[in-house]
Amino acid sequence: MPIDYIPILAFLIFALMFAVGTIAMSSIVGTKKTTPEKMMPYECGVDPIGSARRRFPVKFFIIAVLFIIFDIEAVFLYPWAVIFKDLKVFGFIEMGIFILILFVGLIYAWKKGALEWE
Amino acid sequence: MDLAIPSIDIASLGPELILSIAAILVLMVSVFLPKERKDPACYLSLLGILFALASSVTLWGKPKYAFNNMIYVDNFGLFFNMVVLITAGIAILMSINYLKEEGMSHGEFFALILFATVGMMFMAIGSNLITIFLGLETMSISIYVLAGFLRERDRSNESALKYLLLGAFSSAFLLYGIAFIYGATGTTDLKGISVFLSEATYLNDPMLLAGTGLLLVGFGFKIAAVPFHMWTPDVYEGAPTSVTAFMSVGVKAAAFAAFVRVFSYSLWNLQPDWVLLMWILAVLTMTLGNIAAIAQTNIKRMLAYSSIAHAGYIMVGMVASSELGISSILFYMLAYAFMNLGAFGVIIVFERKGEKNLDIEDYSGMGFKYPALALLMSIFLFSLAGIPPTAGFVGKFYIFGAAVKEGYIWLAIIGVMNSLVSVYYYLRVTVVMYMNEPVKEFTGITWSPSMVIALIIAVIGTLLIGILPSPYLDLAKQSILLMM
Amino acid sequence: MTAFFFFPIAIVVLISASLVIFFRNPVHSALSLLLTFFSLAGLYILLNAQFVAAIQVIVYAGAIMVLFLFVIMLLNLDKVKKERERHPLQKAFGILIASLLLVVLGSVIASGILYGTKGIYTVEKVAAIGNTKAIAGLLFTDWILPFEITSILLLAAIVGAIVLSKKEL
Repeated sequence: MPIDYIPILAFLIFALMFAVGTIAMSSIVGTKKTTPEKMMPYECGVDPIGSARRRFPVKFFIIAVLFIIFDIEAVFLYPWAVIFKDLKVFGFIEMGIFILILFVGLIYAWKKGALEWE
Repeated sequence: MDLAIPSIDIASLGPELILSIAAILVLMVSVFLPKERKDPACYLSLLGILFALASSVTLWGKPKYAFNNMIYVDNFGLFFNMVVLITAGIAILMSINYLKEEGMSHGEFFALILFATVGMMFMAIGSNLITIFLGLETMSISIYVLAGFLRERDRSNESALKYLLLGAFSSAFLLYGIAFIYGATGTTDLKGISVFLSEATYLNDPMLLAGTGLLLVGFGFKIAAVPFHMWTPDVYEGAPTSVTAFMSVGVKAAAFAAFVRVFSYSLWNLQPDWVLLMWILAVLTMTLGNIAAIAQTNIKRMLAYSSIAHAGYIMVGMVASSELGISSILFYMLAYAFMNLGAFGVIIVFERKGEKNLDIEDYSGMGFKYPALALLMSIFLFSLAGIPPTAGFVGKFYIFGAAVKEGYIWLAIIGVMNSLVSVYYYLRVTVVMYMNEPVKEFTGITWSPSMVIALIIAVIGTLLIGILPSPYLDLAKQSILLMM
Repeated sequence: MTAFFFFPIAIVVLISASLVIFFRNPVHSALSLLLTFFSLAGLYILLNAQFVAAIQVIVYAGAIMVLFLFVIMLLNLDKVKKERERHPLQKAFGILIASLLLVVLGSVIASGILYGTKGIYTVEKVAAIGNTKAIAGLLFTDWILPFEITSILLLAAIVGAIVLSKKEL
């Protein structure tokens, strides 16, 4: 029932108010004295060199795509976990086939070195 | 909670199962064997296709629903199964040497072709909109990647990106249509929809009509019907030539299989609503495809527009949608598979690494230097133009005949006029090959054994169907007997 | 009761979805998209589709957002400032078509009558069984074939992603 989710909504609203509130408070109450040092991006005290906007290597992309695919696999596991006692051996076999096929994908990705951070 | 464990009828899933296992084996072979030994991957995939073909033959003539009505293994679906399997087989034979020359001979290519074929087969036998959609996505994702398989080529990347962006967009249309149909009828089962519509008293439900329209857009994109064709020339030109051959036939066949099943059977009670739309689309598709093809200088682009025109001819059969109309679609699809694959095969033989020899001008004088190749090209182009005694002629004859019989005389006349226009640009290539002096030195061609086999199959298919059409027509007629 | 929650959430969805298009900075667009995904999950909950809402958060707001941000970083869109040359009629034509589609689909949905046969799962029945369990009971019995086809689809996607983006194949 949707009504059960009201605490989550309340929590979200409270979190939002807290985040907005603290930022608003600090900008209202705090003093504003800007110096060049203060406006610099913080890099553990070392002066930053060049722009922070650099191109990400493509390997991030492979990892993200693989993450989505195995995330979807996990999404299928949730409803299965709820019901696998009722499905008995049948459920075990059908999920076995599903996971096996994706496991082939994992072996492929692994052997191709897509999981390595070269 | 009590659960009824469904009955599992593995046998009716035979061809798809065999091909999926073959695809997985190909993938594993290409990973675990050393890089130099790529041959087992393509042999294995060809073997898988042969077994899947054999399995399709054994299922012939025994139509039955399986997996809780998710698939309906009837002759219609099996016929299209065979067409896409033959297409995949020929495309693989054509790819072997092509990929070696391009330096991209990897086992994944064959695995992706097999995955795409599995998707196409699920589209052909799917009797639920969800099965059809999943088949379509499996096919599309594999083809997006195949189109960009030559990663170092800019055009190949462009082709993959354009196809992906527009393809994702069209999938959204299709899904939206499925959602509307589900809302209007309460089911995604094709048989359930047709039962609901035959009992419904109120067929003007806007949601139903909107759903039908959106499905038309989704399928229209996959078969490259005007005005959803914009991607076709760029994608076909940029993709590796053997992939272009595969997608121009396979995707079209699978999409038409699902298109016909959904529109001519499931949504048949709405036929008065969609037939006029289909009529207009067919005319636009034929005319625009043919006229644009005249202006092309690149042979792959020309064949891309020609494939748009052919989608228009097949849509004429859908407008007729009688028994003769549907069986002529099947017949045409078979004929189109051989002649179009053959034409692309000749292009692959003549093409040189780095997209050379792809302009029609490059074919000047080919008739004297490579008579066999020029002869083959002429046969395939004559067939595409619909000149007897080739398969293309018989196919067009039956399609336009079906349209006339159903009273769509103007449509048939426009179709015939379009065929006449198309003769001009097909024949122009032949004229260039035989009448013009070579514009430059020929760089030599390579006849690889696999390519020779593929071309022989294609030319035998084109001529045999053209000279002795009746057994194939009977086959097509048999295929639609026990539909739904 | 439902309307009390529906309208605020729907307004947030519409505004954040429009902002995805109107923001100039792609990262801002992506964050706005994140808000859209979250509020959509809220709408799903109002529709009694709790499982779908959870998936919406896990897959869309989680995995797909990560991919979006990575791709934005990968492309480094900041440097692409040049406006693409457009045909002057292109924009007008696009607006025309889009508004036509909006009117057609909007009127279809606004008609609001569903003629189809209703299924056996009413809100009360689903609540009695449990939302996830009801979905699972169908997915793993009647819909087993589509479920298994999904794994083939995902496998093809894995191969595709690696083929296209791996440096050495």
